[in-house]
Amino acid sequence: MTPQSEAELAEIIAGTNGPLHITGGGTRPIGQTQGTGLSTSKMSGITLYEPGALTIVAKAGTPVAEIEAELAKENQRLAFEPMDHRGLLGTKGEPTIGGVVAANVSGPRRIAVGACRDFALGVRFVDGSGTIIKNGGRVMKNVTGYDLVKLMCGSYGTMGVLTEVSLKVLPDVETTGCVLLHGLDDATAIRAMSAALGSPFEATGVAHFPKSMHGDPVTMIRIEGFEKSVTYRADKLRDLLRSFGETSIQIGDTDDGYGSKKGWAWVRDVTAFADQPGDVWRISAKPSEAAALTAGLGANAVQYDWGGGLIWALMPDGTDLRGKLGPFDGHATLIRGKVNTPTFHPEPAPLAAITAGLREKFDPRGILNPGLMQAKPAVAA
Amino acid sequence: MEMPAPSASVLSRKDKIVERLRAVLPRDAVISDVSETRAYECDALTAYKCPPLCAVLPANTEEVAAVLKICHEMGVPVVPRGSGTSLAGGALPTADSVILGVAKMNAVIETNYDDRYIRVQTGRTNLSVTGAVEQNGFFYAPDPSSQLACAIAGNIAMNSGGAHCLKYGVTTNNLMGVTMVMMDGTVVEIGGAHLDAGGLDLLGLICGSEGQLGVVTEATLRILHKPEGARPVLMGYDSSEVAGQVVTDIIKAGVLPVAIEFMDRPCIEATEAFAKAGYPMCEALLIVEVEGSGDEIDYQLDLIMKIAASHNPVELRQAKDADEAGRIWLGRKSAFGAMGQINDYMCLDGTIPVSSLPFVLKRIGEMSKEFGLDVGNVFHAGDGNMHPLILFDANKPGDLELCEEFGAEILKLCVEVGGCLTGEHGVGIEKRDLMNVQFDPQDLEAQMAVKDVFDPAWLLNAAKVFPLATSQSRRAA
Repeated sequence: MTPQSEAELAEIIAGTNGPLHITGGGTRPIGQTQGTGLSTSKMSGITLYEPGALTIVAKAGTPVAEIEAELAKENQRLAFEPMDHRGLLGTKGEPTIGGVVAANVSGPRRIAVGACRDFALGVRFVDGSGTIIKNGGRVMKNVTGYDLVKLMCGSYGTMGVLTEVSLKVLPDVETTGCVLLHGLDDATAIRAMSAALGSPFEATGVAHFPKSMHGDPVTMIRIEGFEKSVTYRADKLRDLLRSFGETSIQIGDTDDGYGSKKGWAWVRDVTAFADQPGDVWRISAKPSEAAALTAGLGANAVQYDWGGGLIWALMPDGTDLRGKLGPFDGHATLIRGKVNTPTFHPEPAPLAAITAGLREKFDPRGILNPGLMQAKPAVAA
Repeated sequence: MEMPAPSASVLSRKDKIVERLRAVLPRDAVISDVSETRAYECDALTAYKCPPLCAVLPANTEEVAAVLKICHEMGVPVVPRGSGTSLAGGALPTADSVILGVAKMNAVIETNYDDRYIRVQTGRTNLSVTGAVEQNGFFYAPDPSSQLACAIAGNIAMNSGGAHCLKYGVTTNNLMGVTMVMMDGTVVEIGGAHLDAGGLDLLGLICGSEGQLGVVTEATLRILHKPEGARPVLMGYDSSEVAGQVVTDIIKAGVLPVAIEFMDRPCIEATEAFAKAGYPMCEALLIVEVEGSGDEIDYQLDLIMKIAASHNPVELRQAKDADEAGRIWLGRKSAFGAMGQINDYMCLDGTIPVSSLPFVLKRIGEMSKEFGLDVGNVFHAGDGNMHPLILFDANKPGDLELCEEFGAEILKLCVEVGGCLTGEHGVGIEKRDLMNVQFDPQDLEAQMAVKDVFDPAWLLNAAKVFPLATSQSRRAA
């Protein structure tokens, strides 16, 4: 089903009895659910864009590409740098802004400016009873009532079907630069990344590849802004990081350099794992614990983003990664693959009770993406 | 502002309630003497006062859990309190409530510079969080103007902002994890030293929930390295329309200042009389601050000055050193105090789309004449967060009511142009009965359903946020 309007969507949900499998563009099939397909892709279009107020409002099915193109005309962008999952998950179709918000999709710049949830200003959605609800708005500072925008952001359609989202945007930058560290082991790289992020030089992307696209270990630190400022900060960062290993600097968008737009898209989209067999796990962790966490995994490959706070692990098929990690400060999500373990990180009992209680309130009949985000294995034992 | 009638049953059981609380807390942590509970009768919205049944000052999470468990069992309402600086009446007690103050809980639990966070007990004041890390060059970004006094607990409850949000965001963007005690005494850990939620974003839900979902006892906060430097420019214009256009042009030019502050003529006049900062007398004054190294600041200020100059300013002044920067900020930082010298004032904080600024200022000016009350505007222009200060005389019968009526009209106007009732102070009791202006019944129902999950008996700060009539059936149940 592809409703054309919010009213039609509300009617569909109110009138159905069966489970619904809710999608935007269908490019991020993370986790397992069943039900009649319901896509928001036909509710599309930018409703309002005010460059001077740094805000854009769009219907949930609006293609991300359309929004990015519109923003580019005013030299602005979605600063949280949403990942494109198509390569990694082998999907086709058009990523939608509703999907980005529903899955709280962010990229490397999350470490500096915040995640999708930090840029989400308002939502309209239809809950599991078919009721149309709005929350937040289109202004940057808003503490009027509870923040259901955050609750919806990252709820994968289980609390309601998004119909419209409003987002804060930021100016695009004049120049991008990159400080590179070569040949570091994981633990040293993470110390270097922490030093960069703990400096006043505003790194906006901080990633480490034990095996880069050229096969060697590389640590990438992105700096953005006015050209003069980028050059200055790149030099300062290089001075700061020289003691960790061999360094180099790239300024400007070269064709194939690590620091290019292409290079950071490669980081963002986890392109290195795209055509590799194995399960893909996404781990949010305390950066200083990241190297020790990955050491015992037996992973085919790992890569670090967010200064070590985000670990991508390519695991042999069917590995229970959480079993290998043990308890840690963070969470792990199975992004690709079939393992006899929950897709989303199981919550401790009191939090699981809150989650279940909220779902019961927003979707009393349990028809929105049933099974998704719940503490049961993605595939039957 | 109406508050629900206290429960006769709770009032009649005061001795038993106090006795049970004394059994789980140190002697001096339970305040029940009528002369002493008066200290907790109001917050910074001083027009409304009501001493609580008693006040408790627990020292840690376990004591908070013990208190809440007892209150839950005995059906006693609880009002959490940070430092009591709420301008919205967020910590206003009812006569049948226990005030749960976190003031004793002010310890730093852990600082971690590699992972860039600090973990504190939530009674710690906002400024002293920065105080704990600044020797290492770090700071905690959200900076509400009450930062010397306000507690992190209250910052989380209200999702507090500040002058530097344009670049650094508000509390919710800088909060990584909490320890929270639910009304039934259950202790939950949400988030931690990692980023983003593995399931539903409960942390985002709790931040800004005005102490209605639980009592946050510990918090993990993101800390950042201080910029190398910061410098402001001051610019004056003949009309607020032009100043509004300057703000828009700066933002569209791709510069992202850390702060853009706006003051109108009544506010400039009051401030000059009080602080003598040397501000130009004009219709609209902007203070724009940028950060970075000396060269970076020069470059950005150069761009900003060019934009400013192209709009025919009556004055354009760039700070050359820390002393001049201090003078530029002096008036802005004294603005509230200056207005307070003239009369009592009510401070609102509705937010509007930046594009509506000139229209809203014009309408506020017209309404000021209609109501016969003066109003000064000083606010965070970059993010549209207004702060109209309405002057009134608390000793003049009917003036407070007139002021509240005027305030309500301003907030309705904010909603009308696409904004909201409150950008950083919270709803509390002050804006509670205006929630119907911004939200439809089903929007409020969805929010109240959240409270049902966390606090089914509606014992925690229940007379706030939602219009009393709207929450009546839940509170009475």
